[in-house]
Amino acid sequence: MALGINAPLVKTPEQLVGVDALILPGGESTTMSMLLDTSGLRDSIGERLADGMGVFGTCAGMILCATDVLDGRPDQRGFSLIDMTVRRNGYGRQLDSFETDLSVDGLADDFHAVFIRAPYVERVGPDVEVIAVHDGIPVLARSGRCTVASFHPELTEDTRLHEAFIATL
Amino acid sequence: MQQWIRLEPARRKYDEFMSVESTGTFPVKRGLAEMMKGGVIMDVVNPEQAKIAEDAGAVAVMALERVPADIRRDGGVARMSDPEMIIGIQEVCSIPVMAKARIGHFVEAQILQSLGVDFIDESEVLTPADEAYHIDKMAFDVPFVCGATNLGEALRRISEGAAMIRSKGEAGTGNVVEAVRHLRSIIGDMKRITQADEAELFGWAKQLQAPLSLIQEIAQTGTLPVPLFCAGGLATPADAALAMQLGADAVFVGSGIFKADNPSPRAKAIVEATTHYMDADVLAKVSRGIGAPMTGIGMDEISVKYAERGW
Repeated sequence: MALGINAPLVKTPEQLVGVDALILPGGESTTMSMLLDTSGLRDSIGERLADGMGVFGTCAGMILCATDVLDGRPDQRGFSLIDMTVRRNGYGRQLDSFETDLSVDGLADDFHAVFIRAPYVERVGPDVEVIAVHDGIPVLARSGRCTVASFHPELTEDTRLHEAFIATL
Repeated sequence: MQQWIRLEPARRKYDEFMSVESTGTFPVKRGLAEMMKGGVIMDVVNPEQAKIAEDAGAVAVMALERVPADIRRDGGVARMSDPEMIIGIQEVCSIPVMAKARIGHFVEAQILQSLGVDFIDESEVLTPADEAYHIDKMAFDVPFVCGATNLGEALRRISEGAAMIRSKGEAGTGNVVEAVRHLRSIIGDMKRITQADEAELFGWAKQLQAPLSLIQEIAQTGTLPVPLFCAGGLATPADAALAMQLGADAVFVGSGIFKADNPSPRAKAIVEATTHYMDADVLAKVSRGIGAPMTGIGMDEISVKYAERGW
């Protein structure tokens, strides 16, 4: 409970009922993809997305939102919500993980971002709004009610990106 | 509510030029541990097992030459795995690869970092290389996980730079009793510390032989500054769910998977049990028809207790 928003954990289709928007957080996208199937959440999330539910996908969540995934597992499937190509672990292994300050459109001050074995955005579609870049590569983008980040806003105390996401709903 | 406004392009150019990247920092190390919460890390000894683990939904694999049950059976000195074998596993795996170094053997750790492993386990399952000092983990860019039997041990490892703590249950026994003891001890003492007054915190620091600053932090937060995983002796989906209900953030499963009759379905069942650890209906469902678990050994049947290695 922060920003006046109740944020329950969703592990089953029953828990999704009554949720207005979903955060797909970091983790292992292959594990998440498998558990989406075994829990039955893939279909129920898919139905809600078709009705326009908002989504904020970070790191592995970004992979689940992207239309095209490189270096994923063949059986790995996402929700194809945002027109972009991402390369899984494209920034490299853990030794290449890093933190840095990002200039983000709409935020007065820099946002401190932590990248962990992050996905690398290789292409964004014409309808995707890029909100932050790092070394010329998009790292925060939005299309309609879907926002994606290749870093982890959930690892820092700064809630400005969560507020901005809520404002898109 | 915050509104998105496009910045002037000139400002953006300047900021990109000024951006500074830091690798190997504590938040970056702990960040990977955070990403494994709720998941299962599986011991594997070859690329085939690594694929089975990844297929089953493991969040990471631990690459080692022999699972602890075999190390226990074979005796002798257990060392870091052959780099060739670790590279073989890195090549087939897209999830993080961990590997073990002996307690205090910082050169094995240097080699593992050079191989690009994602996490190093300074592990009591291997034969200790130093009887006085653990590895100075601050000196590395790769994150470390260390075992702990109690809160004092956990905090000493964290002050040396560990980014993840795991219980030190008796590896290779298929017996969860020791891991449960460690979890209860660590979590129980943290609960008691949150009830202590300021003056008592000095006593806790002395009693646990741990830095006062970390004790004061726990008094505020009620939790460790890094994730707490459960390891040692887990063999069934029920064991994994028990660890999670006791308060572990995630689980390691070593011999329990590949020493069982049917590794692949058991691995999948343990992944599901770890996710849905509060749901007994799911636990009952996934525990069915997965073949026999590893036989296991009682604590009075073993001659070497790994948990007594390290301090």
